[in-house]
Amino acid sequence: MRYAETGYNLEIDLSRGNIERVETDPKLTEHHLGGLGTNAKILWDRVPPEVEPFSPENLLIFSAGLLGGTPAPGANRTIVSTISPQTQLMAYSMMGGFFAPELKYAGYDKVIFRGKSPKLIYLWIHNDKVEIRDASHLQGKGAVETQELIRQELNEPKAQVAAIGLAGENRVYMASIEQGRSSASRLGVGAVMGDKGIKAIAVRGSKDINVARPAEFMELSNEVLEYIKAREEKPIPGVMPILAGLGSPQEMKIHDEKWHTENFNWGNSRTRRRDYWTKDVEEKWRKTQDNVRTRLISCYNCPMKCGATISVPGIATYMMKCFSKLTYTMAAYSDLDFGFKIAQRATEYGVDGFSTPQVMAFAVELQEAGILTEEDMAGCPSDNEGRFYWLLDRIVRREGIGDVLANGTYWAAQQIGKGAEEYAHNNIKKHEQLPLKLGMLNPVYFLMYSTGEKINITQIEGQFPQAPFPTMEEREEFVKDWIQVPDEKFKDYLLKWDFRGEYSNPYYPTVEASVDIVDWQEKMHYIDDALGMCAGLSSFPLKPPYHIHNYPAFISAALGVDMDEDGLSLATKRNRTLIRAFNVRRGLTRADEKPPENHWKKRFPELEAELLDAYYKFKGWDNQGVPTRESLEELDMAYVAEDLEQRGIIK
Amino acid sequence: MSKVMKKIKTIKVDVDKCNGCRACELICSAYHAEPRYSSNNPERSRIRLIRKPIEDVFLPVYAGEYAPAECMGRDKYVIEGKEYGECDFCRASCPSRDAFKEPDSGLPLKCDMCEDEEEPLCVMWCLAEALTYEEREEEVEEEVMLSEMETGLKSLADKYGLQNLVDSVARMSQKE
Ligand code: SF4
Ligand code: SF4
Ligand code: SF4
Repeated sequence: MRYAETGYNLEIDLSRGNIERVETDPKLTEHHLGGLGTNAKILWDRVPPEVEPFSPENLLIFSAGLLGGTPAPGANRTIVSTISPQTQLMAYSMMGGFFAPELKYAGYDKVIFRGKSPKLIYLWIHNDKVEIRDASHLQGKGAVETQELIRQELNEPKAQVAAIGLAGENRVYMASIEQGRSSASRLGVGAVMGDKGIKAIAVRGSKDINVARPAEFMELSNEVLEYIKAREEKPIPGVMPILAGLGSPQEMKIHDEKWHTENFNWGNSRTRRRDYWTKDVEEKWRKTQDNVRTRLISCYNCPMKCGATISVPGIATYMMKCFSKLTYTMAAYSDLDFGFKIAQRATEYGVDGFSTPQVMAFAVELQEAGILTEEDMAGCPSDNEGRFYWLLDRIVRREGIGDVLANGTYWAAQQIGKGAEEYAHNNIKKHEQLPLKLGMLNPVYFLMYSTGEKINITQIEGQFPQAPFPTMEEREEFVKDWIQVPDEKFKDYLLKWDFRGEYSNPYYPTVEASVDIVDWQEKMHYIDDALGMCAGLSSFPLKPPYHIHNYPAFISAALGVDMDEDGLSLATKRNRTLIRAFNVRRGLTRADEKPPENHWKKRFPELEAELLDAYYKFKGWDNQGVPTRESLEELDMAYVAEDLEQRGIIK
Repeated sequence: MSKVMKKIKTIKVDVDKCNGCRACELICSAYHAEPRYSSNNPERSRIRLIRKPIEDVFLPVYAGEYAPAECMGRDKYVIEGKEYGECDFCRASCPSRDAFKEPDSGLPLKCDMCEDEEEPLCVMWCLAEALTYEEREEEVEEEVMLSEMETGLKSLADKYGLQNLVDSVARMSQKE
């Protein structure tokens, strides 16, 4: 019997309409853990660099993580991997909710799609019964609507359904996959799903998930719950409210948006409004939120409540999570009421709540600068909010200027020309980033922004505080019960870190310390993405219940193998390196590894180069960011070295 | 029948507090696995969550007595603007639906208040505090409680007829 994982993948060939249940190799699990790790291995083996995102040869993989469906609280992530149409690199998108556990209960760790279906279909997985079904009647239906229609059609109220909306069908580069209260949004995974002709995947399972050492596993899970309870009563003092607790940012719960509204930029990352958050705004926004929020809700087997059901009078109810609450609001320089309203339509269309508002704001800015002409915008209402609705509709339908904007700010700017590139000033690796424009370079964040394969800072940053604490007392207080550190030296880094003087940004944390910190944060995310754990209980918040010291025990008890901290670090390094190699093989170079020019006002080119050099070296890569043969061999991946050598990438 | 004092164990459900996480289902199934916690599968749970988030229906229901025949009731209830089917509240394992049945055998499942635990596991795992454990003493008629195996056998007898069941058991024991 296989423990934790089911040991089976579903292979769906859409071109031929073929369905296979394939047993997997347990060795691969030991090497790559599961989830993202094994996804990366499959992509490396089967998707050579010539393959375009919208090619039948591209794969689309839905994977549950190794611990998904086990009692480990918060292990519910679905990891969707493919090639991103926007970055042309490995797409890296995850969703919470209920899909991954249900897939495991149905008896599968992954669903791997290849080929393209000649007509729109949906996949229905019910334990051993798997069918490709016609979805032509669902064409053009909303992503939320579709989930319900399929449940009714199947007469399976408990089926979990992941669906795309119109944006995915039309291969909009920002298209998301919506599911329950969650979505896989970043990097256009919904577009690839649409390109393959998949409207939705419905799954229902009633099989067991086994763990190898039950008593031990339960004890660990109970400890996590205990810790969550205790930690909830002990928010971290001196940090912004969304970072004080656990879970992904509790945007649906908190009302205080001073930090986001005054520090993030409005428009397409254009203006910082330093004194925005007044008593009046606070009052108004609180009212809006309380009026539309029906209930705070969780993902599978998790006590945190990071999402909410939102019912704006006169509009269909939908579910919102995290930060989309502010993205439309701030892109349009509008208010929260507008944000909640337009997000409903956007969710039905199935678009990424980070990129889409930025693309729309970008269009508005181009219009105001005269780069987009009256002809381009013919028919667009003149009022601000009307303009955003109009743009959203055009983008998801790929109509007129919407067809260009649907490719994201980077590609749209190239197509539009006439200086539009200047306005696409918030991209890393051709993809929209958080709309932040800050003052002083932060060396740790410089590295994460530049080198992150996920191209999304919130999925890289984490357990180390984002800023120093002002006083020594606060620092000492913080490090006192900081059990999550992999090494005592991290406490020292934090104790020394200051706002001003010798121990402040950009020269402190030092290059070496910065590399250490980034490596730790990254490692935690790579573990989570392999295990299918929510970052909100692990790699993202300060002092989370899961950390490098208890994870090995979880994995050992679940799988029945011996895993220790070194072994776990090795496996995640292997995954991180493999994804790097995959992207390097697709053309990623050192020149791509840079934050937007105006991301920080004060830049330090020499220091930045030094940081990159040191980071690459630490990772076992050459100074172009290419993994070396030696380091690949150490990670048992000589086959990767051979491939890279044959292609002339390793010289 | 004589009257006896009995400890009544109940779980109070506050649907307003439920966040829909289904941890209760998961832990119940894990607790009742053989060996304990070795596997989990919400389908085996003795509590189930009726979860229709768009309609704001979050209703944990734990399994009660097994019902050999389906009832006539299919009424609708509207509570605070939300519509529930009568079956939503029903705790019976009954022939007309698959709730509260072993997924493999179809045998009925019933909440046993986690027998030997101090507090029911679903209550312990519900950090949202939607489930609260309550105990009270009550004078009740002494009744014979059916064991889990008896309930299972009874349901088989109801399904196939007692004589068929007896015959099958007799045949099986001869083969062994
Ligand atoms: S912490 Fe929040 S986002 Fe993460 S699993 Fe729990 S409810 Fe979902
Ligand atoms: S554990 Fe509690 S909050 Fe979660 S579904 Fe069950 S009753 Fe609701
Ligand atoms: S009390 Fe125990 S047996 Fe009953 S539903 Fe809860 S966990 Fe299951």
